[in-house]
Amino acid sequence: MRRLLATTFLAAVSAAAFGQKSAADGIAEYRAMLADGNPAELFEAKGEDLWKQKRGPKNVSLEKCDLGKGPGVVKGAFVELPRWFADTKKVQDLETRLVTCMETLQGFDGAAIAKTPFGKGEQNNLTALATWIAAESRGMRFNLPQGHGEEKKMYEVGKRVFFYRGGPMDFSCASCHGEDGKRIRLQDLPNLTKNPGDGIGFAAWPAYRVSNGQMWGMQLRLNDCYRQQRFPFPGFGSEPTVALGVYMGVNAKGAESIAPAIKR
Amino acid sequence: MADPMRIRAQAAGDKTTVRVLMSHEMETGQRKDAAGKVIPAWFIQEVTANHNGKPVMTAQWGPSVAKNPFLQFVIKGAKAGDKVAITWKDNKGDTRTDEATVS
Repeated sequence: MRRLLATTFLAAVSAAAFGQKSAADGIAEYRAMLADGNPAELFEAKGEDLWKQKRGPKNVSLEKCDLGKGPGVVKGAFVELPRWFADTKKVQDLETRLVTCMETLQGFDGAAIAKTPFGKGEQNNLTALATWIAAESRGMRFNLPQGHGEEKKMYEVGKRVFFYRGGPMDFSCASCHGEDGKRIRLQDLPNLTKNPGDGIGFAAWPAYRVSNGQMWGMQLRLNDCYRQQRFPFPGFGSEPTVALGVYMGVNAKGAESIAPAIKR
Repeated sequence: MADPMRIRAQAAGDKTTVRVLMSHEMETGQRKDAAGKVIPAWFIQEVTANHNGKPVMTAQWGPSVAKNPFLQFVIKGAKAGDKVAITWKDNKGDTRTDEATVS
């Protein structure tokens, strides 16, 4: 009996030690402090301006841009992207759709924008636009359409890409994001093969990264995932990146969007 | 021309909390670019806060303040409807002023 008591006591002590604030709690606290003054707001304001401003060779605004819910409808568009667009006959994510609008409405060269490095020139404007459009759907829940055959196909393609192993380290997206409770250094890694929860994973980007002071859209986020896997960089707006967006977006059905979020 | 600031000013009792988000590179002058050349320093040096046109705070900043800085302070005696204006001036002489109404 006495021995049993001693073990119980020991168990209680170790439980108390584990009860201390974990690294994840510390990071969550830090983020909550920063969230009050999230610099993403600066990009939101810039994006809204860019949407309404007459720009490009044709000198028109983007206010007639169809993001999937009809020309000019911004609210709620973010939580239903990527989706099929009849005019381009493609499944497009937010950023590639914006490039289409900049091309058709404003007369920009879409291929040139796709080739521009992230954070430079029109790419910078694109990120600001995506930030504002995402912010207009803040608090709404993801509900990607899967009615069109191409949308279903892109989901399957996305799944294949997600589990595709390759590169010098033989990594796939699933190596890090395929199980619960994994982390890289001190960052918790969301399990993206299912709904990871409100405001996690797909529901948190675009986001402002405090460590480098940059605003990142989903395209850059995926690009960096591939850099970490030591894969060749995927092309901007390429089909695999959009397919991954469909895969993560459909999996996140019902998750609340907190984008634009703030990251360490 | 610099991008606009985001200013929120909220009154609670006789105290008004002002929160400002500024858009600025805040380059320290210590970093080097890809070619190995020093990136010249470029940061906000002076911040002024005016309450209904009367200065209530001035601050001297240096290169240690983060990119896109966030500033929060409290004004005593400000009421809803009052104007709060923030001005910054950087080491290149560029300046920007934005105003908000206390809510």
